[in-house]
Amino acid sequence: MTSVRIFFKGGLTSYRAMFGWLHPGVAIPVFLIEPVAQILLFAFIGRSAGVADDRFYVIGNALQFASIPCLFAMAFTIDGEREAHTLSVVLVSPARRLPLFLGRALPVIANGWVVTLVGLVAGMLLLRVTIPGSAWLPMLLVVLVSSASCTGLGLATGAVALRVRDSAVLANVVYCGLLIFSGVNVALDQVPGWMADVGRWLPLTHAIEAARRLADGQGAGSIGGLLVRELGLGAAYTVLGLLMLRWLETSSRRWATLDRV
Amino acid sequence: MWKVLHQIAVCYWLQVKVTSTSWFDGVLAVFYPLMFATATLLVYRVRGDADGMQFAGLGAVVMGMWTCQGVVAASALARERWSGTLELLVAAPTGMPRILVPTTLAFSTVGLYCVVVTFLWERWVFDLPLHITSWPLFVLGVVVAALTLSLFGYFLAVTCVRYRTAWAIGAAMEMPGWLLCGFVVPLALLPTWLHPLSWVIPTTWAMEAVRDAANGSSPWGHLGLALLVGAGYAVIGGYLGRQLVDSARRHATLALT
Repeated sequence: MTSVRIFFKGGLTSYRAMFGWLHPGVAIPVFLIEPVAQILLFAFIGRSAGVADDRFYVIGNALQFASIPCLFAMAFTIDGEREAHTLSVVLVSPARRLPLFLGRALPVIANGWVVTLVGLVAGMLLLRVTIPGSAWLPMLLVVLVSSASCTGLGLATGAVALRVRDSAVLANVVYCGLLIFSGVNVALDQVPGWMADVGRWLPLTHAIEAARRLADGQGAGSIGGLLVRELGLGAAYTVLGLLMLRWLETSSRRWATLDRV
Repeated sequence: MWKVLHQIAVCYWLQVKVTSTSWFDGVLAVFYPLMFATATLLVYRVRGDADGMQFAGLGAVVMGMWTCQGVVAASALARERWSGTLELLVAAPTGMPRILVPTTLAFSTVGLYCVVVTFLWERWVFDLPLHITSWPLFVLGVVVAALTLSLFGYFLAVTCVRYRTAWAIGAAMEMPGWLLCGFVVPLALLPTWLHPLSWVIPTTWAMEAVRDAANGSSPWGHLGLALLVGAGYAVIGGYLGRQLVDSARRHATLALT
């Protein structure tokens, strides 16, 4: 029962306390203006280069923008404890680590889901892109899965934030990696083979492909395999993040580097 | 006169050291636009159109300067506030323009570093040798872009002095700026109602001058326009700076606490 309470209540409290971007002064520019600007930027680049239609870029960039809350919020909910000098208090508590850190991921997934949908709808309205009505229900699921898998990567990034001083820089670097390798703006069969190989091991890649299939009018049955792979990758990154948290926590205690700001 | 130049030089050099050694304002400000330039070039490369690659490659080289200035300058005074030095700067007998313009010039200097890095990145990673007809005029165009951007950055810094989360404004301006300045998308492709917004950004004209220098046209007209618009921002920034800072001192809101 305590673990359930830590998971839900503790997770939400930590998210609200540590993720300082929920204020309208930050949330509106970062979660509304930036994703729409990125969608428009690449849609116009696509038009100028004559490569793909607007829908390709709306879907790719809207889904990729979920990684902003997923990476940054997860990093900040861990790194923020150190900034607030509460990390040692959290880590000496007898609370189980699994609900303690996974609980923080739940609101982040919801945040990523909402940001993606806002980007999708805004991009569609501004660029007059249409997605078949029948595709919307599975699309909501795809967005949820992509946010969850990206949060797994965020957990791993957040774990590194236990050791790396500037988590914002780290999250930005990972964000850029997803932009380049996940097939956001160029289909994987149009990039060098090694880049496509890297992309297949990253979150978002399969979800973006699934979303594009749905938007092209293919049925929900065509995306099952992609969703399973996306979920599998998300789970793998989550496990990796938890293992890294455990290892870095132990080594931080041993080397007294826990509160090094 | 010597004292003024010395103060400006000291302030500029101090800020160059502070900015270039910062992971966020120095390293990331170069890395982030470089990765967006990479994504852009990957899109243009799909068609294998040499003219398109030349257009995007030139724009991508200058694109990073916008990030180094726009994003960082917006929060320049907010960072002083976080460091507890804003009150000292405002109360100093040296005027704000003489402190802020060297600061934004330092941001532009990091932008120049970004130009060089992107240029080499395009050459080595994309095997894209940019065709520049007149190197001296190309360099002049880039320098004018840096100078006018620093004046724009000064305007931005003083306008955001009362905004607690100014960094978010700067970050939100990044990609719209890339679009409006015509770095990697021809301005003709943008809706007509957006064109006036492009015209009031000095970098739009500086970018045109850089393209002129690259393709052998005369860049002087565009360089003049860039300097004119940049000077306009310096004048407006000077006026607004005095008004906003005076108002903040009068109402004791400088600290925003």
